[in-house]
Amino acid sequence: MPLQVKRLLLVFGFFIGSMIVLIHFLTPDSFYQFGHYRGKALDEISNHEAKYVDVKSCAMCHDSIAAVKDSSFHKSINCETCHGPGYKHIEDPEKNKMDKPQDREFCIICHAKNPARPQKEIKQIDAVEHNKGEVCITCHNPHKPWE
Amino acid sequence: MGIKKEKKENVSRRDFFLKSGAIAGGVVFVSLLDPLKAVFAVKEPKDKRKKWYGIGIDIEKCIGCASCARACKKENDVPKEPFFFRNWVEQYTITNEGDIKVISPNGGIDGYKQTVPEANIYKTFFVPKMCNHCAKSPCTQVCPVGASFESEEGLALVDQSYCIGCGYCVQACPYGCRYIHPDKGVVDKCTLCYHRLKKGLDPACMMVCPTGARMYGDLHDKDSKLSKFIKDNNCVVLKPQLNTGAKLYYNALSQEVH
Repeated sequence: MPLQVKRLLLVFGFFIGSMIVLIHFLTPDSFYQFGHYRGKALDEISNHEAKYVDVKSCAMCHDSIAAVKDSSFHKSINCETCHGPGYKHIEDPEKNKMDKPQDREFCIICHAKNPARPQKEIKQIDAVEHNKGEVCITCHNPHKPWE
Repeated sequence: MGIKKEKKENVSRRDFFLKSGAIAGGVVFVSLLDPLKAVFAVKEPKDKRKKWYGIGIDIEKCIGCASCARACKKENDVPKEPFFFRNWVEQYTITNEGDIKVISPNGGIDGYKQTVPEANIYKTFFVPKMCNHCAKSPCTQVCPVGASFESEEGLALVDQSYCIGCGYCVQACPYGCRYIHPDKGVVDKCTLCYHRLKKGLDPACMMVCPTGARMYGDLHDKDSKLSKFIKDNNCVVLKPQLNTGAKLYYNALSQEVH
């Protein structure tokens, strides 16, 4: 074998060897635990705090309002859809109040007339003409809209 | 030049075919071996008791309120700016002339203003979009460091402490479901609220949906809500021609949606 090839092979061997050593030390512990990724990443992702709590937690204290809502057209809606995430409110109900959207703009997010909205799923109004300037909740109880 | 010219060898035609055939056959055989498969993807677990998550969206029920997009931003600390989304809602309008208009103001959060007069609308509907959690995800295959991966439950996730923020996966996703988080400098995407699933809660977007248009479930469980939804309805996935193995099933999806 010519000398220059021998030298080249030596350099190659050194490179490959050092790569193997580096890979051994730089690969995190849980890599390849389940696949080509850090197995511990799964725990890290699942450790995030859940901000939206379950509707059962709302009904523990607000059972009467929950019952009213469940008897009305809005029964399929979760409390937190309108009132926002409740993880802080559960810890300290006095200090952390839930959202209480009062504006007309909030109701028409769902109820403004739009031909793309399926008619049978939702009651729609002309957002401009329907009782101009009035706030929806003066006539409609948001927990029981038809009373 | 001092270098001896090699004698030209005569290679017979038979020899040539035999040798090239052997090489080609060897390459094909090796490529079939499991560890050397060209498609680097998670395998659907053979054990049918293991979970294999999929998602279902009923377009006929979607009212385009974008509660899902709002809730997702709050739940997962997605930046409020209108170009960072883990999920969003698009309104498709097909005019009588056959033009297709797609609008999604701030992902649907700002509400929709229909610009096409009603008489000119042939058809209009909402399409909620989110990560398809593909079984053969293009995004996880291109990750150079193994930070984007698919869990054994079939969820495409990102290891944010390992991601280098190269953005290759952002380009690779054919559904546009990834973005670079402006504060963290790494990729962020829908996890199907993995942290909530592990706590026994539904994903935030599905929990707040007022009409129950969104659902998720175990595709291995034939009695799950999702399996029944797929069975009872004529469900399709987005861009099936790309063979991404998408697991987000739409009911009543028009062919104009892409």
